[in-house]
Amino acid sequence: MSETVDSVSALIIQKLLDNPKVPRDINGDCKIMEDLAFDSLAVMNFVMEIEDTLDVSVPLDKLADVRTVDDLAKCIVDLQNKG
Amino acid sequence: MSSIFAKFSGTASALGGLIESGGRNPFGVVIEKVVSSTVGVIENRETLLFGTNNYLGLSQSQNAVKAAQDAAAKYGVGTTGSRIANGTQSLHRQLEVQIASHFNRRDAMVFSTGYQANLGIISALAGKEDYLLLDADSHASIYDGSRLSTAQVIRFRHNDPDDLHKRLKRLEGTPGAKLVVVEGIYSMTGNIAPVAEFAAVKRETDSYLLVDEAHSFGVIGENGLGVAEAAGVEKDVDFIAGTFSKSLGTVGGYCVSDHPEMDLIRVNCRPYMFTASLPPEVIAATMTALDEMKAHPELRTQLMDNAKRLHGGLHRIGLNASKQVSPVVAVTLETLGQAITMWNRLLEEGVYVNLSLPPATPDNRPLLRCSVMATHTPAQIDKALEVFASVARECSVLS
Repeated sequence: MSETVDSVSALIIQKLLDNPKVPRDINGDCKIMEDLAFDSLAVMNFVMEIEDTLDVSVPLDKLADVRTVDDLAKCIVDLQNKG
Repeated sequence: MSSIFAKFSGTASALGGLIESGGRNPFGVVIEKVVSSTVGVIENRETLLFGTNNYLGLSQSQNAVKAAQDAAAKYGVGTTGSRIANGTQSLHRQLEVQIASHFNRRDAMVFSTGYQANLGIISALAGKEDYLLLDADSHASIYDGSRLSTAQVIRFRHNDPDDLHKRLKRLEGTPGAKLVVVEGIYSMTGNIAPVAEFAAVKRETDSYLLVDEAHSFGVIGENGLGVAEAAGVEKDVDFIAGTFSKSLGTVGGYCVSDHPEMDLIRVNCRPYMFTASLPPEVIAATMTALDEMKAHPELRTQLMDNAKRLHGGLHRIGLNASKQVSPVVAVTLETLGQAITMWNRLLEEGVYVNLSLPPATPDNRPLLRCSVMATHTPAQIDKALEVFASVARECSVLS
């Protein structure tokens, strides 16, 4: 896999912007639950979309440490490198 | 000093809004008197009960009541201990033998609630090196069991065997056992799992399969054993979990299996080991209710006839009701305001249903969740439909 945290972060932001309710000025530092008003179920469902795009599975316990868009990107890149 | 309750501020505001807009707490309904399995007194009004999960009406079985009375007189009202200490009486083992035999399985474990059955069996089975694959719409007891386990937890799309297959394929070559968990009938939507397809994925990927038949036991299948029986794949299911608190009308949970390691699970299962066991009167009532369920297969026919009547009726009215016919019939609404107003008005007009709100609902929309009973009369269902139609028009859900 050749994705970097920056490229995955950009992809996550692109996916988030597909949702019209998400603010237009988001960046990698945005907190997914607090800043984007996602509840826990919305976060899990959103991560499923990213999983399918990048062909990776993110175990739920890994999500516990994810706060920001960049955290999620780093988590995914770590999983890809491990796999 | 930081308030330990600060974390509840969001809930407090949401609950306050619910009570203010509807006039009552939807999570604090009190049934003041039980008139029958289908009628209760709420706020001094006789109310049709369409939200109790009492699918066969057996909570009011007079035979079960008598069995409970006799057991309490003979054994007392509690065990005062857990199953692995002093809390296993002969009745507990008798019920386990009866349940295992009913499912034609080698062994059964009986838990104090259905919630604990899922919590216990999932957390005991899935260890640190293992993977749990959960349907995205799983019940809270399944998610909580996965948190109590130390396994890696992966969700797959609801009722989607292809998606499960894809996620299991990603794990190919990784060490650790893979346990797939699905429900027979989903408690919020009434969706029925395509268990035959899930079983095929399980066989191909060499994983284990657990089916929670909480809402399908006593409801579906030639002998009422649930969706695995109806789909003809019982032998592919490694573990069936369920509850006594729905079709059998009492309380408690179970897990049945042909795996010979069930006695090892008993001593590795915290929700089984560290809670008081079911009281004798509940065990006796459950055994009698199970006998009644077996003796009266016509209850299942009546139940499904009633489910079709309510399901078809709600669709005919024009409401967005469940796709599949099952005793769980949910009406999806677009806004919270509609759901709260309709739920309150239904109750005021003498129809009790469950108000289910996001994030407990699958797609972020509120539900008015109904459950049907074998003991509902056609007239009671028609009355509920009439009230639904009138209230939906009043709330501008229907024109």
